[in-house]
Amino acid sequence: MNFHLILFLAFGAVCVGGAINLLAQRHPINSALSLIAVMAALAGEYLLLGAEFVAAVQVIVYAGAIMVLFVFVIMLLNAGEEEHTMGSRVALLLGVPGMLTGSVLMAWVTLHGSGTESVAIGALPGHPTDIAQLLFHDFLLPFEVTSVLILIAIMGAVVLASTPEASAGKAN
Amino acid sequence: MGPSYVPLSYYLLLSGFLFACGVAGFLIKRNIITIFMSIELMLNGVNLSFVAFAAHWHALAGQVFVFFVMVVAAAEAAVGLAIIISVYRTRETLNVDQVNLLKL
Repeated sequence: MNFHLILFLAFGAVCVGGAINLLAQRHPINSALSLIAVMAALAGEYLLLGAEFVAAVQVIVYAGAIMVLFVFVIMLLNAGEEEHTMGSRVALLLGVPGMLTGSVLMAWVTLHGSGTESVAIGALPGHPTDIAQLLFHDFLLPFEVTSVLILIAIMGAVVLASTPEASAGKAN
Repeated sequence: MGPSYVPLSYYLLLSGFLFACGVAGFLIKRNIITIFMSIELMLNGVNLSFVAFAAHWHALAGQVFVFFVMVVAAAEAAVGLAIIISVYRTRETLNVDQVNLLKL
């Protein structure tokens, strides 16, 4: 039992617990907070894999920006506990066996497929310099296309979230 | 003390579990915001296997792909939450069982 395996298991336990708690909680704000815990623990896993840049971006963008947006919307819409209907009970009966079957299948495939191959901890330098070399050289076109995507997403969000009265008032 | 290892299959198992939890949440949950968060959980599970495979094959391109997934997730979250706000404004509910018409 080496030190990295212990760290992996600790972060993995937080991930698994957070994911199950996300499913178990009724109130969306509790689900959002457990999702933040999952994302923070995943940043730890990325550090174990030597991906420093991805771990930092995970904390800043995912756990920081995106989840704050979620929490803001939950509070803005004053979302309460979800009520269960007949349809959701059918979904529960189908969803839980589906999840179990999928998990067992994936566990079987990964444990039988990859054998004893291992990831050396910290073997790969995920240094920002190397990432930048790839991002701004080999992946320059996708990078520029994503900037257009972000611009369109911003405009779409503003158009969708603004009230019809407000946009009509600006037009006049 | 030599180099320490964590098998690749452990990372893939965790990634698969997170993805399965996301799928289950997508099916079980009735609140539209929680369903949206389940999608984010699925994206996170996929990101973990990207980084694990990048470390396994010593290919940094996997980490760049994670970066792109995060950018697309951010754009998706902004547009999706705006759609949720506009759905709530017209129907006054977040329960997907009551949102069954494309047009009011």
